[in-house]
Amino acid sequence: MTINWISLTALLPLVGAALLATLPKGAELRAKQFAFGTTLVTAASAIAMAVQFQRDNTDLQFVEVRSWIPSFGINYAVGIDGIALVLILMSVILAPIVILAGWNEAQGGRWSVKTFYILILVLETMMIGVFSATDVFLFYVIFEAMLVPVYFLIGGYGTGERSAAAVKFLLYSLFGGLLMLASIIALYVMSGAQGGHTFDLAKLANLQMSSTTQNFLFLGFFIAFAIKAPLWPFHTWLPDAAQSATPGTSVLLLGVLDKVGTFGMIRYCLTLFPEASKTFTPVIIVLAVISIIYGAILAIGQKDLKRLIAFTSISHFGFITMGIFAMTSQSQSGATLYMFNHGFSTAALFIVGGWMIARRGSSTISDFGGLQRVTPVMAWCFFLAGMSSLALPGLSSFVSEFLVLVGTYTRYPAAAIIATVGIILAALYILIPVQRALHGPTTPGNENLTDLNLREKVAIAPVLAAIIALGFYPSPLLNVINPAAVHVNSQLGFTDPVPTVEGK
Amino acid sequence: MIFNSPTLSYSLLAPILIILAGALIGVLIEAFVSKAIRPIAQLSVALGSLVLALIQVIRIRDLSSTTAAMGSVIIDGPGILFQGAILIIAIISIFLIADQDNFTSSAAALPGSEEERQATQSGTVLTEIYPLTLFAVAGMLLFPVASDLITLFVALEVLSLPLYLMAGLSRHRRLASQEAALKYFLLGAFSSAFFLFGAAYLYGYSGTVSFAGIHAAVVGGTGNDVILLLGIAFVAIGLLFKVGAVPFHAWSPDVYQGAPTPITGFMAAATKIAAFGAMLRLFYTVLAEAQWQWRPFFMVIAIITMIFGSLVAISQRDVKRMLAYSSIAHAGFLLTGVIALNKAGLEASIYYLFTYGVATVGAFGIVTLVRDSSGEVSDLNRWAGLGKRSPWVASAFAFFLLAFAGIPLTSGFIGKFAIFSAACESGATAVVIVGVLSSAIAAFFYIRVIVLMFFTDATEDGTSVVIPSILTRLTIFISLVVTVALGVFPAPLLDFIKPLAIFIR
Repeated sequence: MTINWISLTALLPLVGAALLATLPKGAELRAKQFAFGTTLVTAASAIAMAVQFQRDNTDLQFVEVRSWIPSFGINYAVGIDGIALVLILMSVILAPIVILAGWNEAQGGRWSVKTFYILILVLETMMIGVFSATDVFLFYVIFEAMLVPVYFLIGGYGTGERSAAAVKFLLYSLFGGLLMLASIIALYVMSGAQGGHTFDLAKLANLQMSSTTQNFLFLGFFIAFAIKAPLWPFHTWLPDAAQSATPGTSVLLLGVLDKVGTFGMIRYCLTLFPEASKTFTPVIIVLAVISIIYGAILAIGQKDLKRLIAFTSISHFGFITMGIFAMTSQSQSGATLYMFNHGFSTAALFIVGGWMIARRGSSTISDFGGLQRVTPVMAWCFFLAGMSSLALPGLSSFVSEFLVLVGTYTRYPAAAIIATVGIILAALYILIPVQRALHGPTTPGNENLTDLNLREKVAIAPVLAAIIALGFYPSPLLNVINPAAVHVNSQLGFTDPVPTVEGK
Repeated sequence: MIFNSPTLSYSLLAPILIILAGALIGVLIEAFVSKAIRPIAQLSVALGSLVLALIQVIRIRDLSSTTAAMGSVIIDGPGILFQGAILIIAIISIFLIADQDNFTSSAAALPGSEEERQATQSGTVLTEIYPLTLFAVAGMLLFPVASDLITLFVALEVLSLPLYLMAGLSRHRRLASQEAALKYFLLGAFSSAFFLFGAAYLYGYSGTVSFAGIHAAVVGGTGNDVILLLGIAFVAIGLLFKVGAVPFHAWSPDVYQGAPTPITGFMAAATKIAAFGAMLRLFYTVLAEAQWQWRPFFMVIAIITMIFGSLVAISQRDVKRMLAYSSIAHAGFLLTGVIALNKAGLEASIYYLFTYGVATVGAFGIVTLVRDSSGEVSDLNRWAGLGKRSPWVASAFAFFLLAFAGIPLTSGFIGKFAIFSAACESGATAVVIVGVLSSAIAAFFYIRVIVLMFFTDATEDGTSVVIPSILTRLTIFISLVVTVALGVFPAPLLDFIKPLAIFIR
């Protein structure tokens, strides 16, 4: 019997969680170390898988299919392409970083530290599963089930209005999920009429359906993903959730979970409903552009550091969605690379921001000031994270933002031009808090803040290193993403528009 | 004149007969056995007869003959499944019922009287509950396999009368309990009258009370359609009352709240299976060809039941009333299975009924544990902070709520998916969309309870979770395991249901 790398990688955190549950009650340090070790092993396993990945092969790789509920034609079916691989890598690399960076963040929770790490590990299993599922039912099950650990992470370990934020998050997501369920049921019923009940993604993609049906089913999926991503006007849960969650949870929430929304748009909306995707593209591009500008403008106005980061993410998700639906190979690759980079730059912002907040005991931006003098290392880290968020050339986000804009311009020049305004606004929403928090006179109460300790430096170093390295040399990732992105577009019947030159 | 002695096919009727025999032995035990050993004797007899009946049901699942009692009873695949489900639910609930703390010591004493106080002090326990339960179970076993209207009506009464009585036996808040019993009885009698009235119309339409005869008349289509329609409507009202569908639901919140909690759990789970069993048989076989007469009517009922149940549940402040409205919403979801009118719909309904029943008994089992000095605490506000004090109990309850809400990896999700996809397949898209939306509404109030238990700080008011007795623990544990297992690995049960779920006309 051969071992499937995806299943193995996904199983590791779950086994870790089960073992963690058997630890005695008081052993907090052991629980942390064990959880950290588990995530490291998981990351190693995922990297081993990535090494074996054949990047020029556009078929799904590491495929495993096992019958799960035969009476409904449901399988445990997993497999990854370049896009999924990149997102899984991002998830498993962020997990140990989150645990190391937020070493003490479970302390203020309603429940034990052990429970916190059990929830994180269970969530990690589901993150790997959700990106690799190729059975629509399996995807839906994980998509919904992963709400539960996040809900308890926000509501149990967050700060402030944590339970209200957790409930808001859960209800928004559940509502979207149920719309998707209705669409899935319709797909299932149609597959039954056309050659046997199945949830296999490839088979469902070949279903014959009228364009009206396709439009409705597309909307069921799209709204679920737009809530998850989140896209304006479905975004209102995100700032509350991000404000209340612990920094580590926020990293996983914005960095990984929200990517399920944009990933779902590529994997499910475009693949299952190519015609409807084309029909709705103008509307979605408009929504994406609104998200970019709206998120940026609201970010400028935020007084709370965590809410600010949440609104910057709404703007960034606008870019990703625009890149996906512009349907050129550049914008498509750019969007996937953007997802990866956004994961890291948001992680850096939330992690360093979380340390600042923990030290100062406040998340209001105006409470900081002069950190550059008091805590230079932390200030530099925050500065670098901010620069990555505004896509400074030389940092990784620049490459992806540029690709998205260039790719979009060839098909929707107006949208690309308006979106470019978002870059200018990005400079504002990052530079204003950077100026207020890091520079200027030291705000009273900040004189005795301590700088980063060794653990924190070790935690943030790989994130910043990745941001800089991929800014200069993004090809390792792009080589994996490009074939998959081209494959998605060619399935849709799109080829890149040929640039025309004036006067020829 | 020649009399033919009736052939009864005893082996097919054996499950019902075993239960009835157990009930009668129970009555004799009440009369002749000393008080001290009565509880254990009654429990053994009840449990023994339920298990024996279940074994007999399993034995007769490969059917050699299908009709029994001269065609008054049809034992077919679905009938076996319904009977098996009812017996399993009854076995799980009997452990809960065996926890005597929940019942009054002397049902005949006036609430608050000296007599009642003495009875309570003397430590008398109410063992009549066991034979009553068995009588109700016998009625429930007969209800989904009855194949003429008279047998159906007799079964309806046999299952209802003990339940009316059992609803009034609560130890605490006895007045509310007796009020519930009276309400249940009066409204139940009223609905029985409706049922009988409808049965009379169907007889008038077809000239027979047997299902086969009515079916033939419906297929023949020679009778008066108005009379058929009236007959269907009134019979349906009688059945819809039993499952608590809107607008025939008014009894259920009061009865759920007033009845002793173990009885509420048993009633909510087992009555639903029996009543939906009979309804499925009636509408899938006898009246299938008259679907244009009843399906639109049922769609409307299903839609308003789902919406009403989910919406009103939001504003409930009492956990038992909340569960009552949730069960109304679930009745609506189950009605979509009746509307589906295809094989997938039947399979899905059976799966849904069983898994919902098991989760319901478990959830009510947990309700019996949360108490203060004067008895059960069903006020939701006083459940605040339960997760802190008793994490295991609160987690188990939360899991049952997630199953009711239909969150993936619980049995409730598979049931909901199956039943909605079956309805969608039959073209009832509107009902499915309403169903999905009301699931979203319903999720809200289930989650509200979870928030209350886990995310709200406790008030110091003496509410505590009693250490469950071994019997209650058994009930909750079995329910929990079944709910988890059928959520993750539903295939064995679905595969078991599939070949059996074919009605024989």
